[in-house]
Amino acid sequence: MTGFNLPAVLAIYHFEMARTRRTLLQSIISPVISTSLYFVVFGAAIGSRIDQIDGISYGAFIVPGLIMLSLLTHSISNASFGIFFPKFNRTIYELLSAPVSHFEVVLSYVGAAATKSLILGSIILATAALFVPLRIDHPLWMVFFFLLTAVTFSLLGFVIGIWADNFEKLQLVPLLIVTPLTFLGGSFYSINMLPPFWQAVTLFNPVVYLISGFRWSFYGVADVPVWISLAMTGAFLAVFIGIATWMLRTGYRLKN
Amino acid sequence: MATIIRINNLSKIYASGFRALNNISLDIRRGEIFALLGPNGAGKTTLISIVCGIVTPSEGSVSVGGHDIVADYRASRALIGLVPQELTTDAFETARGTVAFSRGLFGKAPNPGLIEKILRDLSLWDKRDNPIISLSGGMKRRLLIAKALSHEPQILFLDEPTAGVDVSLRRDMWQLVRRLRDSGVTVILTTHYIEEAEEMADRVAVINKGEIILVEEKAELMRKLGKKQLTLQLDPPLETLPPGLKSRALELSPDGRQLTYTYESSDEESGIVPLLEDIRQAGIRFHDLQTSQRSLEDIFVSLVKEEA
Repeated sequence: MTGFNLPAVLAIYHFEMARTRRTLLQSIISPVISTSLYFVVFGAAIGSRIDQIDGISYGAFIVPGLIMLSLLTHSISNASFGIFFPKFNRTIYELLSAPVSHFEVVLSYVGAAATKSLILGSIILATAALFVPLRIDHPLWMVFFFLLTAVTFSLLGFVIGIWADNFEKLQLVPLLIVTPLTFLGGSFYSINMLPPFWQAVTLFNPVVYLISGFRWSFYGVADVPVWISLAMTGAFLAVFIGIATWMLRTGYRLKN
Repeated sequence: MATIIRINNLSKIYASGFRALNNISLDIRRGEIFALLGPNGAGKTTLISIVCGIVTPSEGSVSVGGHDIVADYRASRALIGLVPQELTTDAFETARGTVAFSRGLFGKAPNPGLIEKILRDLSLWDKRDNPIISLSGGMKRRLLIAKALSHEPQILFLDEPTAGVDVSLRRDMWQLVRRLRDSGVTVILTTHYIEEAEEMADRVAVINKGEIILVEEKAELMRKLGKKQLTLQLDPPLETLPPGLKSRALELSPDGRQLTYTYESSDEESGIVPLLEDIRQAGIRFHDLQTSQRSLEDIFVSLVKEEA
């Protein structure tokens, strides 16, 4: 047996998706409820007092940011939990002793996590369409950003899941870094609305580029040029691939 | 017999500086039951974990079926099934699901018929659709064996297979291991129950403090190191040993009804015949006699003590 262990990739992928199915109700209902709440609070209550931004109604403006918000958080939590849990309950011995390459391990765990967050993102998009009139100017780019972000942040989740050696650390990065960066990354506003100093500071926030690029694919307007968004997302992907490869190659927190 | 696992100058030094294995070299033959015997913390699990790919070796090399475990890990790992010491299982997956998962993980196409056979052999078929969390400890242990056998391995590692297992299940386990050996599977088991090694193994290695002290055919080991005892039931009882017999390795029980003679079974001259002659001459009468052999347990304890 050389080349590619397809049965193993399918086995892990199905195992992870089965885990998702067991929690199907909370997987679907919670994003629908939280998205609806955002629309009630920001769209209807506050949004009615906010002017259009770049010619788009406020309710419609926040849709790409909302999708990004849950795409990021769920990609990270799915993937980190997926690899952390076998470490925690010690079933990881089987994965480590199996004839599976590093690439196959990453592919199956990240693939399953990304699949789940793509399903979630689609549900949020459908929910949003019930509240506001949606327009997607560049559907192919939209799908591309959608996929790229899900894969990139599932990889980050995978890295966090290997790094974490307790449940607290598992929550640390999403809670203390990713959520604040997403909220401050222009999910609910255009960074042009900020004072010049904070505009400059915001450009150090990587999430700005993700949301800006994604919003461009919807409405054709962006805070930063779309090619920069693309380059930044690609750079994150490369960095996370590098870290994951290093971790698996050295057996960091997996072996010994 | 051909060698199936070759371990060369293997050492493991953990990040803490602890040397778990020290320059171990060992050959396992195809089709044998090999027992790795040693006290807790001797390095048994570390050794197994390295061969299976769970722990990275610090020095030395291991090949399985001629495949290096690092350079050619796919081929070497595909040959091995591992039953870990602890009952580490998923919780919500079904018994059948987790066995099918293991088969896939090891690169084999699904084979529901084979998985049914394995589950039936291990008396788990009735529980096939139950979530693992609902199974008893004994069932979980058998389930771990089922998982390890799911990809039809040529080598099975059993790490402390009968730790905390009741007597009847232990017997079942031993039978299973023999059946596997008969079908050509090489079985390597670690244990600190000596009777298990004595009952099962073709060959025994004793490991202590990360070093292999001894590797020997079990029968040879018993013959070489086993002391024998001859016990005579005296009638009438004897108050003291006659002076002519005192120079011999004889021991009289306090009640004077039992006389014990200890000798090395490896000695050409056991000295039993002249002894019995002397006893007869001394006028000591006995109505029964028996001989017994020192168990592997005694051998093991004396070996490990010597090391300490």
